[in-house]
Amino acid sequence: MSLLELSGVEKSFGPVQVLHGVNLTVDAGEVIGLVGDNGAGKSTLMKTITGVYTTDKGRISFDGADVTGRNPGERRESGIEMIYQDLALAPQQDVANNIFLGREPTKRFLGLLPGFVDKSKIDAEAQHMIDRLGVHVPSIHLPVGMLSGGQQQTIAIARALTFKPKLVIMDEPTAALAVREVESVLNLIRQMRDEGIATILISHRLNDVFEACGRIVVLRRGNVIADLKRDETDMAEVVSYIVGAHG
Amino acid sequence: MLKLLERTHVRGESLAVLLVLIVIMAVLSPVTGSGVRVFLTANNFFNIILASATFGILAIGATFVISAAGIDLSLGSVLGLASVTGAALVVTLEMPWYFAIIGSLCAGAAAGAVNGFIVTRGRVPAFIVTLGMLGIARGLALIISSGRGIYGLPEEILFLGQARPFGVPTPVFILLFVALASHYVLAHTPFGHHTLALGDNENSARATGINIRRQRMMLYTISGLMAGIAGLIFTARVNTGDPTAGLNYELLAITAAIIGGTNLFGGRGSILGTMIGALIMGVLQNGLNLMAVQAYYQQMAIGAVLIAAVWLDQIRTRGRSLQ
Ligand SMILES: Nc1ncnc2c1ncn2[C@@H]1O[C@H](COP(=O)(O)OP(=O)(O)O)[C@@H](O)[C@H]1O
Ligand SMILES: [Mg+2]
Repeated sequence: MSLLELSGVEKSFGPVQVLHGVNLTVDAGEVIGLVGDNGAGKSTLMKTITGVYTTDKGRISFDGADVTGRNPGERRESGIEMIYQDLALAPQQDVANNIFLGREPTKRFLGLLPGFVDKSKIDAEAQHMIDRLGVHVPSIHLPVGMLSGGQQQTIAIARALTFKPKLVIMDEPTAALAVREVESVLNLIRQMRDEGIATILISHRLNDVFEACGRIVVLRRGNVIADLKRDETDMAEVVSYIVGAHG
Repeated sequence: MLKLLERTHVRGESLAVLLVLIVIMAVLSPVTGSGVRVFLTANNFFNIILASATFGILAIGATFVISAAGIDLSLGSVLGLASVTGAALVVTLEMPWYFAIIGSLCAGAAAGAVNGFIVTRGRVPAFIVTLGMLGIARGLALIISSGRGIYGLPEEILFLGQARPFGVPTPVFILLFVALASHYVLAHTPFGHHTLALGDNENSARATGINIRRQRMMLYTISGLMAGIAGLIFTARVNTGDPTAGLNYELLAITAAIIGGTNLFGGRGSILGTMIGALIMGVLQNGLNLMAVQAYYQQMAIGAVLIAAVWLDQIRTRGRSLQ
């Protein structure tokens, strides 16, 4: 059984239908490239998986359970993480708090009052996670808004990886990065695969997709029009699907 | 000291403004018979805190809502509604004394919950909802009291406004307790972290699984509850459920929160900063009173302080983003 199964997922914004019955499966540890033109519906589709958007029709199951009716918090809890295209960071909050946002560990204040955020634990674990990612961040106490694009990207990745996810969705994670940083993201995806974490990578850079992904799914106008094994296709074929040469 | 300020999220500048203001007021205030500046007497000190206590508690409500990028313009009116509701239950309907407490707090929280409900369910901007509530709550207060003050509350209630246990007015204790509890919630609980994140970037809060609707609902309810507590103190201080209580207090409360360092656009807020802001407003009002400046001019001064505070903050943030 697959880790993630979408069947017949539809989504409209007002009169505009963006997703027209999408079917997609992802196995544990699998790395999938999701490609398609601007406006094809890639981001929208991923947000229906994380629960940020509700679906109009169709079913989403994850890890053997129907999660269609669950909210984003519950889906995160069950192991779905996403690194959003706009990163979805809180710029005035510090690095460590951003990484633990929505998942703050608490203790008792003076052993009495409950619900006291364990800031020292947050700081220590955030630092640990960032060190593991091997990217330099001046201080975990800085507001995220004061960091560079690449550094912010790292924070978003750290947030997705800190809670042992089963599936990580990355929406254009390399768009704002320098060459060296792109390499480290691709390495990270490989490392995650070896740990059994599935990844859906959205990218316009087909080089990256071919380097990291075993399977490539093409979305066009809200339909999956191709689902190809990397070893059985090439860039020319993928491009022809993206631009609609296959009708 | 600096470390402490940082840890408690209080801005050094707010504290500096307070100290400078105290010095100015002390120098400008008249001299008593015994040769002391009136401003510096212990009695006057309590006057300041006593006056600040009412809108200080309102300012705490404003801090919660504003740091989540919301606004509550109904604070002053809800204070008035809470004041007459509590008094009407006990004086007019002759219920036991503690119904003044229950009535004030419930009236405040209920008005806040209605604000929160319409903001979250109806997606009406908070500015409009709470502006409407400003009218509704004040009107309701006038209807309940037939437009007149409800006079004559029992001993137990008066204790909350007029007594001085250990020589310190009761409202000061209430303010301290509410401020510390609120500081705990805003600065140190997941609820507080989520509040600031929501004000900072709603998408971020949603993406990390924070229940935005529930969060907003609770924030507006807390804000209303604060107006309820302030209304109760007001009633107790003047021994009257007053339908005009808290008129224009939203101006004081929001100004106190903003000069205390709360970001008008959300994402940053500190209860202890707000307390300093409330003291600044209290000192300003008190000093102007002692210098016999007319109330009309005081209103103008407070309004000008609010605009100046936001303006300065804008200049500062713009400066920072240019770096
Ligand atoms: N919140 C929204 N409201 C209205 N339309 C939207 C919204 N989000 C996306 N769309 C529309 O859906 C279509 C697909 O967008 P998107 O999923 O962002 O595409 P992609 O990520 O593939 O570039 C676009 O036409 C976009 O304008
Ligand atoms: Mg997109």
